[in-house]
Amino acid sequence: MEALKSKAQELLAAGTVKVVIGYGKGTGENRRPIFVRTAERVADLVVDTACTQNLATYLTKAEIRTLGRMAIVAVPSTLRSILQLAAEKQLREENILALAIIDGAVRELATFDAIEEAVATVPDAMGEADQKMIDKLTAMSVSERRAFWAGELGRCVKCYACRSSCPMCYCERCTMDCNRPQWIPVASHALGNLEYHMVRAMHLAGRCVQCGTCGTACPVGIPVHLLTFFAEQTVRRQFGQKGGASAKLDYAMSTFKPDDKETFIR
Amino acid sequence: MADPFEPKMTAFVCNWCTYAGADLTGTSRIKYQSNVRVIRLPCTGRIDFMMVMKAFSRGSDGVIISGCHPNDCHYTSGNYHARRRWMVFRDLMDFMGIDLRRVTFSWVSAAEGAKWAELVNDATNTVRALGPYTEVQQLAAVGIE
Repeated sequence: MEALKSKAQELLAAGTVKVVIGYGKGTGENRRPIFVRTAERVADLVVDTACTQNLATYLTKAEIRTLGRMAIVAVPSTLRSILQLAAEKQLREENILALAIIDGAVRELATFDAIEEAVATVPDAMGEADQKMIDKLTAMSVSERRAFWAGELGRCVKCYACRSSCPMCYCERCTMDCNRPQWIPVASHALGNLEYHMVRAMHLAGRCVQCGTCGTACPVGIPVHLLTFFAEQTVRRQFGQKGGASAKLDYAMSTFKPDDKETFIR
Repeated sequence: MADPFEPKMTAFVCNWCTYAGADLTGTSRIKYQSNVRVIRLPCTGRIDFMMVMKAFSRGSDGVIISGCHPNDCHYTSGNYHARRRWMVFRDLMDFMGIDLRRVTFSWVSAAEGAKWAELVNDATNTVRALGPYTEVQQLAAVGIE
């Protein structure tokens, strides 16, 4: 896409940004993240429908931050991640410039307010296939669901690709790595896998922007994104707020309303 | 003949209301089933969601979680935070296939000794009827494919 390339070239040549985080050619038809630091390398940028990974993951990495102001090629879910990171005080407005790809056009968004406006115009429902799968699972009996997840999570090798690919998993010290006390079993056995994925989903409830990058990253094809999607959905349904909708939202799980309505506490 | 199944119940309770309530049950000489192991925590806000899973994987057949009624928290808002967490975690447990009939949530104040006895009896009877929770207890022994 020439519009994006010329924009990136202009920004890098003028020194407005020090790095452009974008997509480049990967193996076969895959796209991989690239970090363009000079105007000469702008030609490596690729934008097409295969660019689905949420690049916001790299915005919180120390080695990229030290480069200076970052521009990022952003699909709608990346924009939502930026807002959620901003809401969690992980990004400064002056350090980031979003090159949003919305409906095939490139838009330069320099402020969180502008991103918020742009995001509001894009539908944020999860994909039809994912919604169908969640509906199918919720319609099952509890023992069928247990069997389903036992089968799926039985393949998990605890590579933590889901955690690494997620823009919201930016903690430098993750509870998964804590071994004194050992809160989550490290070994890839059924219990450790269940607990790991449960904790991951709980920690993303109210923060997940439903990009699905965790599910794509899984090397053994476990639909791990359904867990975080479900946790996010239950927060939306019960507390009426969406992860990544605004840079000014409080985290749903660290606030409360005195009139939160539940039906199960006796 | 083998002994009939007696469930192991774990109760996570807050120091200020439910623990005192359970104390009142005792001082009022109200009898209730002795299957429950009470774990006292400072506040319901301290009851991490993973404690429920830990209880199951260490051999519990049922879990009771109880604290101060809304508005009565010793720390003003711990139980409100806990309630939000349970509202999400309970849904997630269900989605991942944990049997919710084994997890009982309640508010028991320091004055509700009788309610505590009733709660424990109810929860224990439910779990006794369901049988041992081997599905989750034995997970640690199950390897990967």
